[in-house]
Amino acid sequence: MKRIGVFVCHCGINIAETVDVKRVAEEAKEMEGVAYAQDYIYMCSEPGQTLVREKIVEEKLDAVIIAACSPTLHESTFRAAAEEAGLNPWQCEIANIREQCSWVHTDREKATNKAIHIVATIVQKTKLNESLEPIPVSITKKALVIGGGIAGIQAALDIADSGYKVILVEKESSIGGHMAQLSETFPTLDCSQCILTPKMVAAGKHPNIELMTYSEIEGIHGYVGNFKVLIRRKAAFVDWSICNGCGLCMEKCPAKVSSVFDRELAKHGAIYVPFPQAVPNKPVIEQDSCIYFKSGQCRLCEKVCEIGAIDFEQNDQFVEEEVGAIITATGFETLPVADLAEYGAGDVPDVIDGLAFERLLSASGPTVGEVKRPSDGMVPKEIVFVQCAGSRDPERYKPYCSKICCMYTTKHALLYKHRVHDGQPYIFYIDIRTGGKGYEEFYQNAEEEEGIIYLRGKVAKIFRDGDKTVVWGTDTLTGRNIEIAADLVVLATAVIPKDSTAELAQKLRIQTGPNGFLAEAHPKLRPVESINSGFFIAGAAQGPKDIPETVAQASGAACKVISLFSRDHLEQDPAIAWVDEDLCGGCRICISVCPYDAREYDEEQGIALVNEALCEGCGSCVAACACGATQQRNLSDSQIKSMVTASLGGE
Amino acid sequence: MSEKTGLAPSKSPPIRLTRETVNAGFKKRVDALSGQHTDACYQCGNCSSGCPLAQEMDILPNRILRLAQLGQSDDIINSCSIWICASCFQCTVRCPKGIDIQAVMDALRQIAMDEGIDHFGPDQISPELAASVPQPGLVGVYRKLAT
Repeated sequence: MKRIGVFVCHCGINIAETVDVKRVAEEAKEMEGVAYAQDYIYMCSEPGQTLVREKIVEEKLDAVIIAACSPTLHESTFRAAAEEAGLNPWQCEIANIREQCSWVHTDREKATNKAIHIVATIVQKTKLNESLEPIPVSITKKALVIGGGIAGIQAALDIADSGYKVILVEKESSIGGHMAQLSETFPTLDCSQCILTPKMVAAGKHPNIELMTYSEIEGIHGYVGNFKVLIRRKAAFVDWSICNGCGLCMEKCPAKVSSVFDRELAKHGAIYVPFPQAVPNKPVIEQDSCIYFKSGQCRLCEKVCEIGAIDFEQNDQFVEEEVGAIITATGFETLPVADLAEYGAGDVPDVIDGLAFERLLSASGPTVGEVKRPSDGMVPKEIVFVQCAGSRDPERYKPYCSKICCMYTTKHALLYKHRVHDGQPYIFYIDIRTGGKGYEEFYQNAEEEEGIIYLRGKVAKIFRDGDKTVVWGTDTLTGRNIEIAADLVVLATAVIPKDSTAELAQKLRIQTGPNGFLAEAHPKLRPVESINSGFFIAGAAQGPKDIPETVAQASGAACKVISLFSRDHLEQDPAIAWVDEDLCGGCRICISVCPYDAREYDEEQGIALVNEALCEGCGSCVAACACGATQQRNLSDSQIKSMVTASLGGE
Repeated sequence: MSEKTGLAPSKSPPIRLTRETVNAGFKKRVDALSGQHTDACYQCGNCSSGCPLAQEMDILPNRILRLAQLGQSDDIINSCSIWICASCFQCTVRCPKGIDIQAVMDALRQIAMDEGIDHFGPDQISPELAASVPQPGLVGVYRKLAT
C-alpha cells in the first residue's frame, strides 16, 4: 500500500472562509492509504512547498495530494516540488477545492463535506497512479510565417537573425502588406515606405529567410515541433528565376486593370507588380484580366521580353515543407464602403475610405501625393473625415473599436492641411482615443494648431448634391446638427480580419474569436500564442493594431518560436491514451472521435495506434472504445470507478 | 426663424459649416481681443463644472468656447451668459489647457457691446430695483461694461 500525504491549503481566506480546512485534513488522515495530512495557509509559498518536500522525506511518502486551487494554476509547481524531494512528478495530484468548491459555495458545512469528498476521490486516483516519464519529441528548427506584412516581416527577421531558418509565405506577389500603402505614419510622420522598404529588402536578402510570395497554405499536418505544410505557389506566368524586373512587359501590356494596391484610384496592366518597391520585384500576369487568356490573342509581353521570362504554360506548383513552429500574421482589411448604405454605399464617387486617402497622400500614389478627389480631380477645399464608420456599432456593423482610426484620421487631416493650406478639414468622431506614446500630444497639436475642426457626433447621412457631397452630422458639444457641403469625404471604415483568415484558421485548426480575429491563448498572459501548441499569432490578424504594437507583438511571437527552438527536444505529457494491442479489434471508432488526429490505423497489425506526440490526453477515444483496448494513463477504468464511488461518499 | 408658415421658430437650427464661417473674422477677433487661442479648448467642461454662476446661464462656458470655435457669433453675443459671468477667474485657474477663459468672456462682452447688442445702461434699471441690488453688485456690472 502506498503512503500518501495530503496537504490542504487555506489559500488565505479563499478556501478557508468557506471550507473548514482543518477538518478536511483530519478527515483525510482517516482515509485508507493516507499516511500524513496537514493544512497550511499558503501551500504554494516557499514555506508551503518546503513543508511538502520535508514531509515526503520524513514520512517516506510515495505520493502526495495538494488540496488547493485548480491544477491549471499550480500542478506544475507542486509536481516540481515533489520531484525535488525524490518523487515521480505523476505521483503528485491536485484536489481542486477552490474553483470547484469554496468559490462556488456559501454553506460552510456542505462545502467542507464536498471538499472531503473531492480529496477522497483524488486519494482513490492516486492509489493507482503509475510513475511516468515525459515523452521526448524532436523539433524541426525551421519556422513558417504566414503573411508578409510588417508583422510577418518583423517576426521572420527576428527568427532568422537568431540563426534559424524561416519560410515567409505571402499571398500577394510582394511582401509589404498594408504598411506599403501608407503615406506617413503617426505620430512621428515618418514616411511609411522609408521605414518599411529597408525591412522588406532585408527579409528578401536574408540567408535564413526563404520568401514564398504569390503563395498560399493548402494544408497542414503534424504537431508542435513537427509540422508538414503544403504550400501552393500560384502560377505567375512569369519565370521569376530569369526575370530581371526590367518592367518592359508592364509598359507594353494593353490591358487596363484597377489597382488593388492603389484602392482602384489607378490602373495597371494585366502583367504588373503591385508597387515599384516590390520585393521580389517580379511581375505576375492576372489571368482574369489578360487579353491573351481571355481571347487567345496578344502575347505582347512575351514579344517584348528579351530574356523569354513569360511562360503562359506555367501551372500552380505544390511544395511540402517541414517546420517546427508557425506564426500566423495575415493582417486585416477594412469594411467595404459599399456596406455602409447611409454613407452612399460606395455609389457617391467622392466618398472614399482611409486606405484610398493614404494612396492620395502618398508620394508614390496615383496623384503623386497631391490631394485630388476621384470624381473630377479637383483639389478639395472642404474635406470631411468620418470616424467609426462601421465600428462601435453592435446593432448594425462591428461592436468593437477599430483602434487605429482616431490617430490615422488626425494624421490624414494634418497631412491634408499641410498640402492644402486654405482647405478646411472636419473630423466627426464619437470619442477620440489616443492611447499610445506621443499620441495624445499629436492629437492636441492637430486640434490646437492646425485648425482642424473636431465635431463630436456621428454622421447620419452622406449624399451627392451637384458637385458637392453633403454630410449631415451632429455636434453634441453645441447640441446642434451640422451640415457641410464637402468636396471630399473620407470614411474611417472598420478594421476587419482578412476574409481568408477564417479558412486559414480552419486549415491550421487554430481558434478565432467572435469577430473573426485570431484568438490568443490568454488575453493578458499569452497574447502571442494560439491555444494549440506550436502556433503563434502576430499583428492585426489578432485584432486592430497600429504599427508599433504590431511590431512588438511580432517580435514577441518570434521570441516564443526562438525559445521553442532553443530546446534539444520537447517533452510531451505522458498521461495520454495507450492501446492494449491484444484487446484492440481495429474498429477505428477512436480515429473518428479524435479531435487531434492522434489515432492512426496500423494496416499490418490491424489495430489503431496512438501518436504520442499528437495525443492531448482528452480521453475521447478512451470513452468511445467499445472493447476497452484504449486506456488513459493514470485515469484507468478501475481508477475512474473507484473515484466515482468515493465522490458519492462510498468506500 | 422657420421658413415654413405655421411652425414655431426653430429652436435648434442646423449649423452650416464652411471654411469661411469657421475661419472668418469672429474666432480671430475673439483670439485677438483676449490674447487666447480658442482652438486649444478640447471641451473637457471643467470651466462649466466649476463656474459658480453656471445655473444662471443660458449657455454654459464650455459651450460658449465651442460655439466660438465653430464661428457661431450670433449665438454667443445674444447669450446672457457673457453678462452673468462674474469674472471670478474660477474657469481660468481650472482650465487644463491654460486658456484664460475669463479673458475670452471679456472679449465676447466687448464684441457684444461693439455690435450694440444687449447694451446695458444704468437707465435700464428702475430706481426700485437699483435700491434692492447690493452696491458692490451694481459697481461690478458697471465696471464690467467699462472694460
